Amino acid sequence: MGNDNSIIIGKVYILDDNIDTDLIIPAEYLNLVPTIPDEYRKLGSYALSGLPNNYARFIKDWQVTSEYSVIVAGKNFGCGSSREHAVTALAAAGIKAVVAESYARIFFRNAVATGELYPMESEKTLRNAFKLGTQIEVNTNKGTITDIASQKVFKLKPLGAVGPVVAAGGIFGYARATGMISKKK
Amino acid sequence: MSQTITEKILARAAGQNSVKPGENIWVNTDILLTHDICGPGTIEVFKREFGINAKVWDPEKVIIIPDHYIYTKDEKAQRNINSLRKFVKEQGLKYYYDPGTPTYKGVCHVALPQEGHVRPGEVIFGTDSHTCTHGALGAFATGIGNTDAGFVMGTGKLLIKVPPTLRFNLNGKLPAYVTGKDIILRIIGDIGVDGANYCAMEFRGTAIEQLNIEERMTICNMAIEAGGKNGIIEPDDKTLDYIRARTKKSFEVVKSDPNAKISKDFNYDVSSFVPCVAQPHLPSNYAPAKDKGNVKLDSAYIGSCTGGKITDFIMAAKIIKGHKVRINTYLVPATEKVAEGLATEMIDGKSLASIFEEAGCLEIAQPSCAACLGGPIDTFGRTSGKEIVISTTNRNFVGRMGSKDAPIYLASPLTVAASAIEGKITDPRKFM
Repeated sequence: MGNDNSIIIGKVYILDDNIDTDLIIPAEYLNLVPTIPDEYRKLGSYALSGLPNNYARFIKDWQVTSEYSVIVAGKNFGCGSSREHAVTALAAAGIKAVVAESYARIFFRNAVATGELYPMESEKTLRNAFKLGTQIEVNTNKGTITDIASQKVFKLKPLGAVGPVVAAGGIFGYARATGMISKKK
Repeated sequence: MSQTITEKILARAAGQNSVKPGENIWVNTDILLTHDICGPGTIEVFKREFGINAKVWDPEKVIIIPDHYIYTKDEKAQRNINSLRKFVKEQGLKYYYDPGTPTYKGVCHVALPQEGHVRPGEVIFGTDSHTCTHGALGAFATGIGNTDAGFVMGTGKLLIKVPPTLRFNLNGKLPAYVTGKDIILRIIGDIGVDGANYCAMEFRGTAIEQLNIEERMTICNMAIEAGGKNGIIEPDDKTLDYIRARTKKSFEVVKSDPNAKISKDFNYDVSSFVPCVAQPHLPSNYAPAKDKGNVKLDSAYIGSCTGGKITDFIMAAKIIKGHKVRINTYLVPATEKVAEGLATEMIDGKSLASIFEEAGCLEIAQPSCAACLGGPIDTFGRTSGKEIVISTTNRNFVGRMGSKDAPIYLASPLTVAASAIEGKITDPRKFM
C-alpha cells in the first residue's frame, strides 16, 4: 500500500452493520490457503458469498472478481473469526478500500498487517449517502470519499497510530523500516 | 502505578514496569497456537518473509493442534494437514497433535489447557478468534491473523495496543440452572456484539469464584462475541489446582492491583439470571428460554470449544437422563479426552454415553470442530436445509453451521438438552 494507491476510483457496494466473517467468506472455503496464488483467486471468487440471497450480487455469474472497488458499510464490519481469508477474499475480488463506521478489531488488524486493503472509518454512517454502484473516489491520504457525479465530499477519520504501519505496507514492512527485524535478503 | 491484570501481563511481556491503555508495545510471546486452517497460510507467510530455510523463534513455543477439518474427504483439507506435518518435522516442533494417531487431541482451545500449555501470566497468540478462551486461567490470550502469526513465528514478538479494561463484577448466589453460557450470553445481550471492541473483559466476583474452570472457559471463550480483545479471570485456588495437575512448568500468578484504573464497571447479581438463548443471527439477540417456548426445533447440537467440554456433557446428561429426545441430537466431544470421559463419567451408575444412547441421541461423533463452523460439505452435523438448530456453540451468524437458511439459537448445555427432549425451546428448570 504505497502512496501511489492513495486514490481509489470505482463503484461502491453497500452493506449493513455487523457484517461478519462468515458472510464475507463462509468456512467451507477455509480449506483454501491465501498464499497460494490460484487459491487466492478462488477465495476472491467466493467473497461475500455468505450474504443472504436478497442482497445484490457482489460477483456476477461466471466472474471471479467484483465490479465494485469499495465497500461502504455500517458498524462492526468484519466481526467474528480471526480468519485473514476475510481480508484476502475481499482484496482478491478487487476491493481496494472498505469505508465503515467501525470495525471489529481483528478484521481491522488483519487489513493493516497484510496491507491488502485500506480499512477507513467514516465520521458518520454513509450507507444512505450512496446508491449501489455509485462511482466514488476515496482519497486515503486526505481522508475523503467523494461522489464523483455530484462532487459531494464526505470526511473520513485519519488512520491514526496504524498510519505508519499502513504506509510501510504492513507489519513486516513496518518492522523492517523501524529496525525491529532485519531487511529481506 | 496501579494496573489491571491485563496491563501487568503485557507490561512484563514488553519488559516495562507499566503500560497504559492505548499504548502500542512490542510484546514477547509465550505460546503461538495454530491449527489446520490457518497454520498452512501462516507457515507460508513465515517462509516468504524469513526465507525458506528460516527456523521458528522457539520450537517449544509454537504449538500446532489440527482440529477444524479432520474427518472429511476434502482433498485440500488433507493436503493442509500434510503441510503441517512436513513443517513440524522440518522445524522439530515439540508439540504437535497429529490426526489419525494416538497423539491427536481435538479442538485446540480445549486441548491447549488440557495438555498444560496454558499458564497464568503468560501471553498466548493464536490464529483463531476463540484463543481468548485461555484468559480463564489468568493468561493474556487473543486471536490474530496469518500474517501476524507468521511474524510471531519468526520473531517471538508482536506489536499490540494495550486494551482498556471493562470489568464485569458478577456477584450473588449462582442458581443451579444458570451456567457460564447464560452469564456470557446475558452480558453480550446487554453490551452488544461490539460492546467490548478492542477492550479487555475482566470477569470477577463471587459468582465467578463458584464456577469450575471449564465454565470460566465458556465465559472467556465468548469475549470475542462482544468484540473483546481478551477475556480474563484472575487465578484462584481452583486455577492453580487445575494448572498444577497438568504442567510442572513454573509460572507467575498475576492479579489486578486494588486501585487499577478500569474503563467501565458492570455490576450484576447473578441470582436474578435465567436460562437464556441468543436468537438468530447474532450472539447478542438475548431472550429468556421460557419466553421462546413457541420456537419449534429440528436439531440440537452439543459440541465445540465453548460447549463440548466434559462438564458441558455432564450438564446435558443430567437433564436428558431418563427422557427421550424428539429431534436429531448431535454430540461432538471437543477432545479425545472428553470422548473418554463420556464413557467413564457416571451418573447414578450409568455412563454419559449410555444415557445419551438410551435417550435416542445420534451416535457420538469423533472429536473436532465439526459443524460449529459449517465446514466441508461432508462435515458431521452440518446444516443443509432450513432446519432450526439449538446449539451450545458460540456463533449464530447466517450460514454459520453450513446452510444460510438454517437459523441457529445458542444456549447452555442444560437448555439445549431440555429443548432436545421437548423439540422446542425449553427452560431447563422443567427437568431440574
